[in-house]
Amino acid sequence: MSSQTIVKLMTNKLPSNVGSNVIFATLNNMLLPIVGILLFIGLWSMVASSIDTSLGKFPGPKAVYEQTLTLYDEHRAQSEKETAFYERQEKRNADRVAKDPTYVPKTRAFTGAPTFFDQIWTSLYTVSVGFLLASIIAVPLGIVCGLSKSAYAAINPLIQLFKPVSPLAWLPLVTMIVSAVYVSDDPMFAKSFVTSAVTVALCCLWPTLINTAVGVSSIDKDLVNVSRVLRLNTVTHIQKIVLPSSIPMIFTGLRLSLGIGWMVLIAAEMLAQNPGLGKFVWDEFQNGSSNSLARIMVAVLTIGLIGFLLDRLMLAVQKKVSWDKTQVLR
Amino acid sequence: MTTTQQRSDKKNTSKSLFNLRKLKAIGMALSLFTLSSASLVANAQEEIGYPEKEELKFGFIKLTDMAPLAVAYEKGYFEDEGLYVTLEAQANWKVLLDRVITGGLDGAHMLAGQPLGATIGYGTEAHIMTAFSMDLNGNGITVSNEVWAKMKKNIPHENGKPVHPIKADALAPVIEEYKQAGKPFNMGMVFPVSTHNYELRYWLAAGGIHPGYYAPHKGDTSGQIDAQALLSVTPPPQMPSTMEAGTIYGYCVGEPWNQQAVFKGIGVPVITDYQIWKNNPEKVFGVSSEWQEKYPNTHIRVVKAMIRAAMWLDENNNANRPEAVKILAKSSYVGADADVIANSMTGTFEFEKGDKREIPDFNVFFRHHATYPYYSDAIWYLTQMRRWGQISEQKSDDWYVDIAKKVYRPDIYTKAAKALIAEGKAKASDFPDFANESGFKPPQSEFIDNITFDGTKPNAYLDSFPIGMKSDDKI
Repeated sequence: MSSQTIVKLMTNKLPSNVGSNVIFATLNNMLLPIVGILLFIGLWSMVASSIDTSLGKFPGPKAVYEQTLTLYDEHRAQSEKETAFYERQEKRNADRVAKDPTYVPKTRAFTGAPTFFDQIWTSLYTVSVGFLLASIIAVPLGIVCGLSKSAYAAINPLIQLFKPVSPLAWLPLVTMIVSAVYVSDDPMFAKSFVTSAVTVALCCLWPTLINTAVGVSSIDKDLVNVSRVLRLNTVTHIQKIVLPSSIPMIFTGLRLSLGIGWMVLIAAEMLAQNPGLGKFVWDEFQNGSSNSLARIMVAVLTIGLIGFLLDRLMLAVQKKVSWDKTQVLR
Repeated sequence: MTTTQQRSDKKNTSKSLFNLRKLKAIGMALSLFTLSSASLVANAQEEIGYPEKEELKFGFIKLTDMAPLAVAYEKGYFEDEGLYVTLEAQANWKVLLDRVITGGLDGAHMLAGQPLGATIGYGTEAHIMTAFSMDLNGNGITVSNEVWAKMKKNIPHENGKPVHPIKADALAPVIEEYKQAGKPFNMGMVFPVSTHNYELRYWLAAGGIHPGYYAPHKGDTSGQIDAQALLSVTPPPQMPSTMEAGTIYGYCVGEPWNQQAVFKGIGVPVITDYQIWKNNPEKVFGVSSEWQEKYPNTHIRVVKAMIRAAMWLDENNNANRPEAVKILAKSSYVGADADVIANSMTGTFEFEKGDKREIPDFNVFFRHHATYPYYSDAIWYLTQMRRWGQISEQKSDDWYVDIAKKVYRPDIYTKAAKALIAEGKAKASDFPDFANESGFKPPQSEFIDNITFDGTKPNAYLDSFPIGMKSDDKI
């Protein structure tokens, strides 16, 4: 929404003008993004056709659309193979039981390669776990830092030191630690999953931590005084005063964290060859087939779209839990 | 026969002592770890038990010679053995080896030098073994367009086409020119103990170009001491783009990455490894020794499935290759364009653009007993490790045989092959005569420099090279 429209909407309060302005606003709301997208697609196809790479022309919108369909077909074909796999397995198990009645049949998971859509799912799952892990640590720690000046002074240098560290620097350390510490014969999670999730968590700890600390430390003094007068104990103080008033800031931090986590995850998957969209991109790059670039482009757009949706999701939650409904969130 | 083995044989049944000749024949085919010659004969008739581990994860590098794994999976040969296998592409050879050592992978498509290098402790130390040789030949050396233009002037032509095989003699003046201009002549290979490293070195040295020594005892593992051409590691799929970026002027790699250079128009393959050493052993299927001890039946069954896959790949004069190309072109396997893969997999090889030549044996998966793990193959790799200083001091001929027997396990292969013969899935005539196979190929002389290799005399072989370490040379 352009700033002009907002100004118009706010200043024009005469009832006679409302009708035409609403139409104008919706038109703007719908039309301008579409114009933007169309312009982008036009520009993209023009530029794409003039870039020659060693893998052929840079893919334009048409090639990308075609590859999206191919990826979907591949997913369908793989699902059919999966069904056939389970049928064969059932038969094989039955044969073996007939031969050897003591055998307890076991169903093994499908062994086929994950498709693009499987990879999306893996990435989403990994980022949510990493993000939750980070939030569970960062919010309480942030509250402690916000409430106590001495705790903040003690932790602040560490925050400043680790905040700018890139996920790629953490990754080798996390990989080694996970493979050394996370040892079990029948692990609940794959090591690669744990590595990715921990890396994501390490990187999305900081925005939440800092924003929570700032939110908590800048609570209205009147509220703090009320709490003092009522002699609320610490737990009630946090419950009734601290949390409600710092929620907008906490969510600002969480939103930033989730955005960072999503970016970090793709990089981590690429580098560590852990399953997910990042690995998909890397594999396609390695393949170097004439369709590779178009397939990577599909992944890029998907990554962008999912990042956008995740952000909208957090925004919706933030709006819901924020007590100050007049605040402009965007 | 080694003393250790004689000792272990003596401990065995007294019955085998009566039949010394038979013992010797079988003993050669046995490794140090099998129980006794008598039990082997008995075992071969027995049915192989159910696999101890059914869900397996195998690693591979995106190269066409991983085909036996893809085919065994797609054709259901693994499932026929009751194995549920997941195949996973790995980033590079080091990651792949480390994951086999740590148990992240049950087994993997490996460079023949990797199990040997790991077992003797060059690089990461671990006891890795192999019972299945995945293919013969399949590599090529490619140089950039710029180098090719300069090299071409030094190559004799016939009917307007360069005479093959092209020797590194043609490259020597080019390297000299770069040296005069103060530019180091960098080339890529895929791993320090890779076939590609040894082949590239062999080709360069045969043309009088020194590829440089390693000195691991001094901590120097760059392999560039005294080098005229500087070799460094680049993962296979990144070779074309690294050369395009100008970081290297040439490389030695497996397919499809040589043909890719032709298709992209960024380089020209000058020679295939088939011309450097006819029918050279290439990749192997490696597992860790702990894995083999824990899951012996599983291992035999894996080898069975892979033998069937290799047979399928070479069946009826390569009739199945077009289908194999389609399988390999899937993005989860090699993923390059089908026509790039087909170029080498179907018996031809394109050198300079348009100069397509017939090399029916460019990729051999089963013919010529390609899958049998010969001790002499292992010994050739060990001699090259010594030649370039990766093995820093002189070793006795017996040492070479001992290591070969520790790493190469024809006994496991034999069990798998016999089981297939018993099931009617293969013919005995497809395999070496197991009862009389010593594991040593007869002396081979089809090398680009015509030097004869006799696996039983590694030290004498080393002494025959003009460039390279010999006897007790040390850096």
